[in-house]
Amino acid sequence: MELDPLLLSRLQFAFVVAFHAIFPVFTIGLASYIALLNGLFFKTENPAWDRLALFWTKVFAVVFGMGVVSGIVMSFQFGTNWSNFSHAASNFLGPVLSYEVVTAFFLEAAFLGVLLFGRGKVPQGVHLFAAIMVATGTFISSFWILSANSWMQTPAGVELIDGRFHVTDWSEAIFNPSFWYRFWHMVLASFLTGGFVVAGVSAWYLLIRRDVEANRKALSMCLWLLLVLTPAQAVLGDFHGLNTLEHQPTKVAAMEGNWERSSNVPLLLFALPDQEAQENRFEVGIPNLASLILTHHADGEVPGISEVPPEEQPPVWLVFWSFRVMVGIGLAMIAVSLAGLWLRRGGRLYEHRGFLQLMRVMTVTPFIAVLAGWFVTETGRAPWLVYGMMTHAEGLTPSLTGGMALFTLIGYIGVYAVVFWAGVYYLTRVVRQGMLPDAPHDHEVERPKRPLSAAHVPFDDASRQPGRS
Amino acid sequence: MAMFDLTLIWALIIGFGVIMYVLMDGFDLGVGILFPFAPDEESRDLMMNSVAPVWDGNETWLVLGGAGLLGAFPLVYSVFLPALYIGVFLMLAGLIFRGIAFEFRFKSHRNRRWWNRAFCWGSAVASFAQGVVVGAYIQGFAVEDFVYVGGPLDWLTPFSVLTGLGLMAGYALLGATWLIMKTEGAVQAWAYRVAPRLLLAVLAVFAIISVWTPFVDAGVRERWFGHLHLIWVFPVLALVCAALLWRAIHQRREGQPFIATLGLFVFTYLGLLVSKWPVIVPPDYTIWDAASDPGSQLFLLIGVLFVIPIVLVYTAWTYWVFRGKVRPGEGYH
Repeated sequence: MELDPLLLSRLQFAFVVAFHAIFPVFTIGLASYIALLNGLFFKTENPAWDRLALFWTKVFAVVFGMGVVSGIVMSFQFGTNWSNFSHAASNFLGPVLSYEVVTAFFLEAAFLGVLLFGRGKVPQGVHLFAAIMVATGTFISSFWILSANSWMQTPAGVELIDGRFHVTDWSEAIFNPSFWYRFWHMVLASFLTGGFVVAGVSAWYLLIRRDVEANRKALSMCLWLLLVLTPAQAVLGDFHGLNTLEHQPTKVAAMEGNWERSSNVPLLLFALPDQEAQENRFEVGIPNLASLILTHHADGEVPGISEVPPEEQPPVWLVFWSFRVMVGIGLAMIAVSLAGLWLRRGGRLYEHRGFLQLMRVMTVTPFIAVLAGWFVTETGRAPWLVYGMMTHAEGLTPSLTGGMALFTLIGYIGVYAVVFWAGVYYLTRVVRQGMLPDAPHDHEVERPKRPLSAAHVPFDDASRQPGRS
Repeated sequence: MAMFDLTLIWALIIGFGVIMYVLMDGFDLGVGILFPFAPDEESRDLMMNSVAPVWDGNETWLVLGGAGLLGAFPLVYSVFLPALYIGVFLMLAGLIFRGIAFEFRFKSHRNRRWWNRAFCWGSAVASFAQGVVVGAYIQGFAVEDFVYVGGPLDWLTPFSVLTGLGLMAGYALLGATWLIMKTEGAVQAWAYRVAPRLLLAVLAVFAIISVWTPFVDAGVRERWFGHLHLIWVFPVLALVCAALLWRAIHQRREGQPFIATLGLFVFTYLGLLVSKWPVIVPPDYTIWDAASDPGSQLFLLIGVLFVIPIVLVYTAWTYWVFRGKVRPGEGYH
């Protein structure tokens, strides 16, 4: 089989960006949580808040470091594998992506060091301010990244002349039609991720009876937050879907598995989309519900996939099933949050081992949901790289061969496997040793100014003295 | 808008960013290259300690440069990266491995050997790849109608391998003179021994490249042997720096060798720039051909002019905080 550089490049980008996305989606939510904890400690002077803030700042440091390492590759991917696209879109994407970098550096230079290493060395108010600025910085970073991505989904404010985009209106381009929906959907997703991870880890600490006072507080506040945010995310997702219906009808058709434009469209719970036959082989659905959700009328018209020729259709099964994974997890999150509310009666929340175990398991779900959501939106716009204006094939690096793309794909998988293994292994140790009254403080690991150094946890057991190598 | 040539301003910014990166990441990459040759494990602890607080700030300039290129000179971005595809991957992989080695080596006991290897090989591969970029830049790229049309390994020639090895030697020299400045005792004595050898290696490569380059690029030949005699000042100053460096090492000076090495790099870099100016994507495209729209350059300039002073102040502050010698068993507090 001939190696297809286009397919391999898309796989590579999907792999690199999905791997990278895991880290920021967590740190954005966590940064705000840390700022909140610091604020609560500042206000109430209850040391439980301080213990929580200290522990979660360690976790933040490790995850932030992993995000930075995996993010470096992203900034080169556009040029190596998508050089035609980067040349064509550089007038807009160059400044926008650069502003993300500029923001990140400003944040790191000025405030991250104070947050990670300034505890006890700068006044408490200054430390709190740094925490708030770090949290703000993560939002500004997401602002620019999502502006770039949204522009590729719903391009605006540019004109295409001789194969290059020229910006005619910066504010239209940056605040393009799908931007705010995507931005808030992602912000809520980050909060949900942070919320479920903190709740899950706190639940585990409660199961093993470690720092019960602080972890009860943490679990409780997370569940209040999730009780509000999980349904809010569903509502926001619905608005985002309506916006997509307006601008990218084919994507919505693929999400619904609806091949022909029709009214009274059922909401499919299960289906096996068959792209060749341009129909679903088997389907189970709730009558009229898709029409109702998308148009708010039971007999509303829903666009069909086959309105565009097969070569302009996205891979329907992937969009269809990714969407169901995302929504399914979202509904499970709402259910879990409601269960938490119910268990509060009589104070069973902190004692119910089954629920605490469930919260532990839920820790991984927001990551899966976020990736599934990105799969929907990214594969759903195929074959368009810049929607309606430039296809993936047009954006590809002309000199790229299948062999080269395969070489680097395997290479990145190898590199990231090592990074991921080391990072997750280390993170597990940080959590295992976390929230202990007299946590082992290895002085040898104290190296300031870099994120991971703030974790103060040895990488392995010192069972053997370092040998000479 | 016509008052300023934005493209020229951007060329200065990118040019400044590149040399900042080369000088600053150069010495910490060099320390990584020298790592396996260190006298013992304790020396390695010291060596890593001497660059640990500053290395990631140093790499800031690479990312800033990469992003700035996409924003201001997209043609560079969209030609260099495809043309150097494999090399770019190797460089990134090297930088990632040495980056995580910085984080985990000190936290490891049993696995320290592996993090040593990751640090050394990562640094060596990344340095070599950057040297190859210099060689490939001198050679030029097969570009038609703003698109790279050459093969995946066009960059790999004896010439670029030589520039790759040359930059490795140069970075190692920066690393060795940095160690002279930042350490004492056994590590410093060892650094005093390796520095002259590295200087000789650098000068040898420097000489070969200087003789070879005019044959690789006719434009360069024209510039050097044409009527613009003033540019000979750069290689002369570079050689003066080399002589000062030699003397400073033999007089056992501590700060001067590093400063002289910085000078050697700066004048070599300026010499390279004036050979090519204003061509940025050789052989045919100038900075003005490679530029993005003026509106885009201006939009980005506002942010960059705001952030570069902050990064510079922060950098200076970090180096000030961590000034002086590193000593065994002493973290930075």
